[in-house]
Amino acid sequence: MNVNFTEKELAFREEVRAFFKDKYPADIKAKQAQGVYLSKADHVAWQKALFDQGWAGINWPVEHGGTGWSQTEKYIYANEAAEAKAPRIIPFGLSMVAPVIYTYGNEEQKARFLPDILASNVWWCQGYSEPNSGSDLASLKTKAVRDGDHYIVSGTKTWTTLAQHADWIFCLVRTDDSGRKQEGISFLLIDMNDPGVTVTPIITIDGIREVNEVHFDSVRVPVSNLIGEEGKGWTYAKVLLTHERTGIARVAESKARLKSIKKMLDETPAGVEDVRSNSVFMARLLEIEVELKAIEYTELRVLSSVSTGKAPGPESSILKIKGTEIMQALDEIVVEIAGIYALPFVPEQYQAGFDGESVGPLFAAKAAPVYYNNRKVSIYGGTNEIQKNIIAKQVLGL
Amino acid sequence: MDFSLNDIQQMMQDSAAKFINDDYDFETRRALANSPTGYSEDNWKLFAELGWLALPVDEQYGGIGGDLVDTAVLQQELGKGLLVEPYFATVLLGAKLIQKQGSEAQKQELLEQVVGGELKLALAHSEPQAAFDVTQTRMRAERSGDSFVLNGHKAVVLGAESAGLLLVPARTAGEPGDTDGISLFLISPEQQGVTLRGYATNDGLRAADVVLENVQVPASALLGEPGTACEAIQDLLNEAIVALGAEAVGVMEKLLAATSEYVKTRQQFGQPISRFQVLQHRLADMFMETELSKSMLYFAAMEVAKGGAEGARAASMLKVKIGNAGRVVGQQAVQLHGGMGITDELDVGHFFKRLTCINSQLGSRDYHLQSLVNEASAR
Repeated sequence: MNVNFTEKELAFREEVRAFFKDKYPADIKAKQAQGVYLSKADHVAWQKALFDQGWAGINWPVEHGGTGWSQTEKYIYANEAAEAKAPRIIPFGLSMVAPVIYTYGNEEQKARFLPDILASNVWWCQGYSEPNSGSDLASLKTKAVRDGDHYIVSGTKTWTTLAQHADWIFCLVRTDDSGRKQEGISFLLIDMNDPGVTVTPIITIDGIREVNEVHFDSVRVPVSNLIGEEGKGWTYAKVLLTHERTGIARVAESKARLKSIKKMLDETPAGVEDVRSNSVFMARLLEIEVELKAIEYTELRVLSSVSTGKAPGPESSILKIKGTEIMQALDEIVVEIAGIYALPFVPEQYQAGFDGESVGPLFAAKAAPVYYNNRKVSIYGGTNEIQKNIIAKQVLGL
Repeated sequence: MDFSLNDIQQMMQDSAAKFINDDYDFETRRALANSPTGYSEDNWKLFAELGWLALPVDEQYGGIGGDLVDTAVLQQELGKGLLVEPYFATVLLGAKLIQKQGSEAQKQELLEQVVGGELKLALAHSEPQAAFDVTQTRMRAERSGDSFVLNGHKAVVLGAESAGLLLVPARTAGEPGDTDGISLFLISPEQQGVTLRGYATNDGLRAADVVLENVQVPASALLGEPGTACEAIQDLLNEAIVALGAEAVGVMEKLLAATSEYVKTRQQFGQPISRFQVLQHRLADMFMETELSKSMLYFAAMEVAKGGAEGARAASMLKVKIGNAGRVVGQQAVQLHGGMGITDELDVGHFFKRLTCINSQLGSRDYHLQSLVNEASAR
């Protein structure tokens, strides 16, 4: 039993560190350090930097331009990226739709879509949830009715993250409502510029527009945009979810975050009270650290078993639940550190381009909005309650 | 990166699982716990044959030279049987401390007897005012010519009655709080002035409060050099936390399996109670706590071996985790078994009691959380 990296893995880590030192665009790095929101252009620029390095397709097979990294190399990359405060990769193209296309798409679809995804030329969004289909996703009602070489799509998708930036959307649509609800679902790619597609914003409790509703009003979608077989969309979507199993816990990010929180405490941030003398707060922080260590080693156990060719063990199913609980607990910790300066709501000061003086320290200004926003993490990707249902059924056989 | 078991670990796991399954069902264990000695001498001989007594002892003293992961694997499996034999006291506390602190001659003489099953040991490190922090030792050993005279009180010494020798930390210099000045003495429980008040613990083991009143021992009773034992004891206790954590993980695994099985068979409202989502989620919580404890155990087993402040920190983190997790898993196992869970007849309540006692041993969850807070606040 050991958690040591091999010589080769250590060399890889150096290569990754060199990349973050030399090729991480300085303007984006500065924004991330400050904690201001990134623009669409920033995200695209960052992902293009990864593409230029050959590192955009982290999970992709080599034949489609992927990195071919081992599980351990992916782990190393994730940790270094978190340490460097690199932006998150917008997952909808690179990690969500691409695996479905390269696994189930035809040759024409692969050639048409994959290169632009890899190079971040096209922005994708995800059309799964509907106003009346959340945890019970398979009850979705957005209809796709065949009309010659086209489907006529009508319905509404919701919680569509960054749809306002998107060129394309991948959707689960109902092509048949005669049998079991899972069996009539198909996986369809839709051009956001098509007539009949409209996007309306949803403002969340942190005051920003991150998610949207996407409406389809008799949108004509070519049949050639159907991935795989009609009626198999549910199967494809489930496979896609398993691709996300470990990444969704975002352990590397939480580790880096805890480290910077502790550094901040040691330096006692200017303009707020010193919470280190509050032993109730400190006990809470240390308990989070204990839990984070436990989830870190749980992720390593999963990596170890996957690396040796075994399927992820039952321990993998707890990553999403516990990883998101820790993220949210750290959000609350930062609100506590912010003290009274958690109150002012002055959103312009953490938007790009703001060059005035912030009310209180900038980290404090953003503490509450981040906390509010991250309530989503225990809701999306299958709520944590749904994850417990999965453990009960699939692991414990209840 | 590799979390698979090596050959020794696999062998230990297999032999322990076989022993618990074939020879140590709950009624057998209950009868042993209620017997006059509280355990079985025949089992002890078997442990010697199986190599368990030799596991952490260095090869030059007849041992196997196993590391913390090796002993953790064995302990995890033994936890599923609620072992009453004084294995932890003799091998994982006593023998390991002799190995750390003893002179070459003492190691040669004593460890061979432990490995052969002829000698049992007990470590009397706790005092009423300080269960874990050995720097707080108050017991005195005053030099008097060529000998030492000891006076003081040691609390809840596990396996004291069955031990041929007690390992007793006492102050030959300094004051409570000092790291220097703590010496270790090997004292026979038969020695004049030694009083053992023996009792069962509420999880079915045997322990004793030990009072030393003008106990006179020769200088040869010193284990290693005088005044230098503190660090060795601290390191040993951190390593013992790993062994205790491993046992706790085994207990939790057992309770999770028993409870999952029970809810599938217990019928209420015309259906197995496993159909109720509120119980499913409770079991999912028990599963998560058990797995997270196991992950933390692996972390600590590798980290504590490095010793020093980081090793101590890892031990505290493990103790906090198993304290929290043991409470969730133990309490919910009882809750989900309903009234049966609080009967003496069913084994579930006894596993719960073991988890409760584990939390109180070697510093509780709160104690170790406070240590972590102190360390973080002092930086």
